[in-house]
Formats: sequence, C-alpha cells, structure tokens
Amino acid sequence: MTTVRETGGPAKAPGRPAPFTFAGKPRYGERVIRVLLALAAAVTIATTIGILLALIVPALGFFREIPVTDFLFGDRWAPRFAKASFGVVPLITATLWTTLIALVIAVPFGLGAAMLLSEYARPGLRKILKPVLEILAGIPTVVYGLFALTFVQGTVFRQWLGLGTGAFSVLAAGVVMGIMIVPTVASVSEDAMSAVPQAMRQGSAALGANRMQTTLRVVFPAALSGIIAAIVLGVSRAVGETMIVAMAAGSQARIVSGPLEQGQTMTGFIANAALGDSRVGSIQYDTLFAVGLLLFLITLLVNFVSIALVRRYRQAY
Amino acid sequence: MIKDTDTDVPVLKPEEEARLHEQHGVPVHVAPTQKRGKNNDRVTDAILTCEDVNVFYGDFRAVTGVDLDFARNQITALIGPSGCGKSTLIRVLNRMNDLIDGARVEGKVTFRGVDMYAKNVDAIEVRRRIGMVFQKPNPFPKSIYDNIAYGPRVIGMKVANMDDLVEEALTGAALWTEVKDKLKQSAFGLSGGQQQRLCIARTIAVKPDVILMDEPCSALDPIATTRIEDLMAELRRNYTIVIVTHNMQQAARVADRTAFFTALADEGTGDRTGVLVEYGTTTQIFESPRDQRTEDYISGRFG
Amino acid sequence: MTTGQRSVLDSVKPLGYRGKKLSGEKSPASLVFLILIWAALAVSFIFLLVLIITTFVEGFAVMRPGLFTNYPSSSPRDAGARPAILGSVWVVAVTALLTIPLGVAAAIHLEEFADKHNKFNRMVELNVQNLAAVPSIIYGLLALAFLSMLGFQNKNVVIGGAMALGLLIMPVIIIATREAIRSVPQEIREGSMALGATKWQTVWRQVLPSAVPGIATGSILALSRALGEAAPLLVLGGLVFVSFDPDGIMSQFTTMPIQIFNWSSRPQAQFHELAAAASIVLLVLLVLMNALAIYIRNHYQKRW
Repeated sequence: MTTVRETGGPAKAPGRPAPFTFAGKPRYGERVIRVLLALAAAVTIATTIGILLALIVPALGFFREIPVTDFLFGDRWAPRFAKASFGVVPLITATLWTTLIALVIAVPFGLGAAMLLSEYARPGLRKILKPVLEILAGIPTVVYGLFALTFVQGTVFRQWLGLGTGAFSVLAAGVVMGIMIVPTVASVSEDAMSAVPQAMRQGSAALGANRMQTTLRVVFPAALSGIIAAIVLGVSRAVGETMIVAMAAGSQARIVSGPLEQGQTMTGFIANAALGDSRVGSIQYDTLFAVGLLLFLITLLVNFVSIALVRRYRQAY
Repeated sequence: MIKDTDTDVPVLKPEEEARLHEQHGVPVHVAPTQKRGKNNDRVTDAILTCEDVNVFYGDFRAVTGVDLDFARNQITALIGPSGCGKSTLIRVLNRMNDLIDGARVEGKVTFRGVDMYAKNVDAIEVRRRIGMVFQKPNPFPKSIYDNIAYGPRVIGMKVANMDDLVEEALTGAALWTEVKDKLKQSAFGLSGGQQQRLCIARTIAVKPDVILMDEPCSALDPIATTRIEDLMAELRRNYTIVIVTHNMQQAARVADRTAFFTALADEGTGDRTGVLVEYGTTTQIFESPRDQRTEDYISGRFG
Repeated sequence: MTTGQRSVLDSVKPLGYRGKKLSGEKSPASLVFLILIWAALAVSFIFLLVLIITTFVEGFAVMRPGLFTNYPSSSPRDAGARPAILGSVWVVAVTALLTIPLGVAAAIHLEEFADKHNKFNRMVELNVQNLAAVPSIIYGLLALAFLSMLGFQNKNVVIGGAMALGLLIMPVIIIATREAIRSVPQEIREGSMALGATKWQTVWRQVLPSAVPGIATGSILALSRALGEAAPLLVLGGLVFVSFDPDGIMSQFTTMPIQIFNWSSRPQAQFHELAAAASIVLLVLLVLMNALAIYIRNHYQKRW
C-alpha cells in the first residue's frame, strides 16, 4: 500500500495506541466561507434597509417643511417655481392613467397569450413562441420610449389618426408600456395555469367539456390567484416604469383628465428633476426622495400582494 | 486476521477498544452483552451497533426502536417490504440523514465503540470511514480517473502516487481491465453496471472500514447484478458491508447475516413506522425463521 | 381553492347533455375563442415587428462610422456615441465584477447552506423576491443617497452607476443561480458527501462546475438588463455632456440608453434619427448577448 491515511484522531499517547475517535479537523476555512456566503446573502437585506434609509431620511427633511397632507392631497405640483407647491395629486393622476392604459392592453393580451401557450400550444410551438414573447421583455425601455414618442404618438396618433394631441400623451406611453408588460403577465399566469393538475383537465374533458370550456371554467378559476398575481406584478412594473413615461408622457405636472393629455408621472418627475443639479439637503433634493418613498411604498404593497398570491397557488398544488 | 487500512489506529477486539477509551478518558459506549429479545442475538465481533434507534422526519417516525449489530468483515443484508425503514436506517449508519431537512435520529449508533451521533463527532469523518453506494449509480460528471481521485483529494489523503491508487481501487472493484484504456473519458460513457462498480471503486479509494450499499443493483440488469454480487464477496475480505436489498434471493446469495424489517401501523394514528422483526444468520432467517411475519415474507405470502 | 373546484361541477354540463348547439371543439364559440387568443399573441408580435422595423428605417440613414467614433455634438451631423459606448462597456463590466460573485455567493448560501426554517433565511428569500420587483429608479435614488453620504460632489461616476445597476440585477442573478444549483441532482451531492467531502468541497467541486452554464446564462441575461437600463443612471445625473472617454471607476460617464434618451428629447428630427441609430446598436448588442446566453444554455447545460 502506497498510501498513508491522515487520521482525524487525537494525538497518540506514547507507548500505547490511541483510541479511535471521530474527532475531525477544525475546518476553519469552511467556517470562514460559510460566513462569507451568509454575508453575501445579507447584502440583499442591507439593500432593502439601505433603500428605506436612503428614502426616509431625506423624505423626513421634506416633511418637516411640507405637511404630509399638503403633499398627499395638494393638487398643484410646482416644486421648482418661485411660489413652490408640493401637491402630489397631479403626479398620481398621470401614474394612474398610464398604469390603467397599460393594464387595458397588457391584461387581455397577456392572458390570451398565456392561455394559448398553456392550454393550446404543443410543446414544439411553445418552444418557439415563448422566446419571441420574451424578446418583448428584453427590449430596453429607452427604445420603447423612443418608439412611443416618435412612431406611436408622432406618426400614428397625430399623422394617421389626426388626434388632437400634442407632442406627448399618457395614451402613447400607456399603450407601449402595456405591450412591454405583456410578457410579464403572460409568463406568470402561464406558470399558474400550467401548475393546475392535469387530472382537473381530464376530469372536465370526461364530463364532455371542450377545450375552451375547460380553459375558461376549470383552469382559469383554478389558477386565479396566480393570474391575479401576474396582473398585480404588471401593475408594479407599470407604476415603476420610468423611461417610457419620461420620454412619451410629457413633463408638465398637471392633473390629467383624459388619455390624450400629457402628464408627468411620479417616476417621470424623479427622472426629470434629477437632471437639474439639486443641491444635497435642498428642498428640491428632498422632494425627489419624498416622491421616491411614495413610489416605493406603493410598489412594496403591490409586490407583497403578488408574492402572497403566488405562494397561495404554489401551496394549493 | 483483520486487515485495517488505518495505520495509526489498529483494530482491536471490542473489549480492548473499550478499555483503551476508558484509559484515555474518551467517552465510550460499552455494548451490553446480554441477549436482546428472542429474535435478535448479539453479534460477538460487532463494528457497528444500533441501540434503540428511532428516526424521525419532522413529526413522522420512520423507524422505531431498532437494536442491531453489524459484524466485522461480514455482509449484513437488510430486507423487508417497501416503507419498512431499511433505506432510512442505512442512511443513519453514516449520518447521510444529516443532509435531509428535518431528519432526526434518537438512540445510539456506535462505530468501534464510539457514539457517532455524539456532540464532538465530525459527521464528515464518519462518512470517510463509512462509505456508501447508492441505489442509482451516481458517477460525477468527470473522467473515470477523476471520479476515483476525487475522494482521496477532498479528504486530504496523502497519496504517493495517485495513478497507483486509481488502479488499485479500480482493480478492487473489478473494473480495471475494462476501463484502463479510457481513464480520461467521461464516466457517463460507461454502462449502468460499470458505473455502479465505478461508484464502488470510488468508495474503496478512500479506504473506508464499512461500505453501505442501498439497493445497489436495483437499477441494473441480471448480468451486471451478478458481477456486483461477485464483487461483494471479494470485498468482504477487507470491508464490512451492509446492504439494503429488495431482492430476497440476493440477500440469500450474498449475506452472512440478514435482518428482516417490516412496517407497523400505529394503532392510534395509523401512521406506519419501520421496525426490526428478526435478525440472525442468513441461513437461520431463510430456513428456520422464528417470527411468523418473517416466514410469511420469505415464503412470499406477504410484501 | 375551493371556489375553483366548485365551479368545475357547476359549470360543466353532465354527461349525455348535448343541448341544441355544437359543444365540441369546432363550435363557433370555441373557434372565436381560439382566434382571440391567437390574436393576443399575434398583436404582440406585430407590435414587436413594427418597433424593430420603424427603428431600423429611421436609424439606418444615419448609421455611419462617426456614430461609433465621434463625441457628442450640438450638430446632428457630427454627433457620435463613442463615450456612451465606452461608458456602457465600463459600467456593465464593473457591474459584472461586483455583482456576479456576490449574487452567486448569496444564492449558494440560500440553496446549500441556509436552514430553510431559520427566520433570517426566510426573510432573505422574501426580500429577494421583493427586490426583484422594486422599480429601477429607486436603485438610482439609493445610489444617489449613498454617494451623497460619502461626500461625492459628482455622483455620475462609473462606480456609482455600477452600484445602482449591480444592486438592481443582483436579485436576478440570485434567482437564476438558485435555479441552476437546484437542477444539479441531489445524488451528486450525496455521492460526494459519502466519500467524506465537506459541504463546501461538494459545492465547490461538484455543484458549481455543473451549475456554471446556468449561472452564466442567467448572469448574461441580467447584464443585458443592466446594459439597457437608463433610469437609475439618470437619477445620478447621467445626462451630462461627456466629451471624453471614461478611463476608470471614478470617471464621469454616459451610456448608450442615456445617449438615446438625450437625443430623443431634443426637438430636431435628425437627433431622433441618431437616437434610432443608437437604438439599433443597442439592440444588436443585446441580441448578441442573448444569443450567447442561449448558446451556452444549449451547448453546455448538462442533461441529467
């Protein structure tokens, strides 16, 4: 035998053979690595705490000067004017318009695509269709923004349809954003529908239901919490999307009362305001974070609803 | 003469080993010598012992109250119907259960007199001493050579010449002549039976004392199965082997001793748990079982 | 989901019921439904096609070498995206160096070492899910606040951008890596542990090598997201006139998406054409990155 085994046993007592034990090496390296890995995971927690602190601290500075009620319910947003006003309602109306328009596009198209992929398409077809759909999710938002601004708003709405609208509109931004969100809604709801047990479909078919009836009356209700999660996730994407609205929705913060008007969303404001070099600690600088905090809290709420719904259907099957 | 691969720690008779532990102040479990119930005799030269072992997965009790000794340099087969806890028990014997979330072992499992579930025991060290071959051949996605060399490398074995060790391990697993010209090729290119022998070679390369085999032939055809069985008879000279098998004929062919397990339903909850029914020499178990359940199983009336 | 199950019985007609209309796959309602869901997908695809075609048509005219070699200019004829292209390369490279090791390490912790019942680990898990859906612009605000705290006068530096983008894509890398690690069969881990390998040895020598293709694919896709992202950089003040090549992590920079935003926000149509041309460059880069990711996935992914 050419090998000598390293033993983990204790030091040999002189003259006598040492007893057998299972004492191992201390393995300090292993412990250090475990700590490092856990620290890397802790970075994600630090990120969340960092986000909260980064937003809350300047926002507190903001709310020391502007009462929360003036911020939340004021209907005039003019943070840079000499006679400044900080009512966030105009930004919220613009965000609501673009989000609603986006959902009107994304929900039917996303769910239709999901039903096709989950219930109708053969595996081979699905393998082709899904990646194409995912390309939509991979296109940079500035490219969407440019498209919304020049083609959808400029060419289609103004030249072809002759709509009475200016250079920007919440409609153009919302429609393009809706298409951008289609893959999100489609893939999450397709997951939910695919998770519905095959036995339920077979049971339905055995009762004489056709595929459409099975899809709409068996699969759809069974996957409902996942489908709602998909829509909620779509809402979160739409509320948080920045570039499309910054480029195509406009930059005037006014209460939006129709889809052809222009308007500035919460994200649009942050993107535009950051262009000017606000001094750290100035009210303009703090305003960014106050709006950011509101945006974060809205998406946080929406995300948790979505995560909770997804967990529900994961547990169900 | 018992051959031990460990040059530093010679193998002693259990009593001697116990005395030595006492001298060194190492906590030691002294195996009781009395008889253990009517169907379960003590093994005189036990290397591994189980005493009142219970295994839980969360709240579910998979194995209940197992007393079982494994004799040195013998092949012990664990047989019984599905769900009788035999595969669970074999994973207790080298602490593979540690890797399963929620698994918990109660009772005492000793190897050479040392409680292997004691606090100061390093589970890694346990697995180095007590190797395992699995149900499905699981070669690493590496070359044949690297599959063998992996174990010695990770445990920091001082190897003078790795090529020699690889050859020795492959020869020991009766695989050398078949693969000696393609050591650098992927292990995935081997047949199922060859892959399983590679896994055995990989295990003996780290020079364990005990080899646990969890239904090693269940994924193999009859010819490959025969080769593994022949190999086990060879390995028996240097290693203690514990094998879980579904196949009674296999137990009868290869094992020196056989333990029969069954699943009992709890009267209250209806939960099934594995228990040891009878343990003895293979001849005794198969020819004159003392328990009716063993007899029913052996004669094919049950399971 | 009791409501869902109840509706199965409520809505499906009992066996033998045929009604007066066709109820098979060829009934008019069925066909209309099928056409509608196909239309849903078709409209999305047509939209994609129109987007690509209009961008190419608009930008193709101004696709010229100067686009790659010139610095920005107030004259559309001379303007180029050279600093933006280099800036994108810098930021994405630094992002990759910062984030991939961190994300992979976090994923290893969660997948291999973390006690799933431990509160901290469950919190991390929930947290990662939430971070993946936090608006990108919030990461810009985080980096802005962080750099302000450190006393940076100029926040539009490569390391700042890389920090914002890195934290943004970290959840994506974590999720992809976990997926890749999970696809390595348990038997491989058991085989390694049964030989006396430690947990880390098993992870480092068996699990990770097998998971590398999946990790690489996920990381490339995450980086392609970073490449196309503009909002967080805008918050850092990325919309500045950069007429020099970035040369280090403390260098000022601009990126392709920011340049596109910049050009498209000008009133002159020629600048919109430049924006379209830059979009083409960005799209081509993204297609190449995705192709690489798919290639790795198809050629190196192990089938167990």
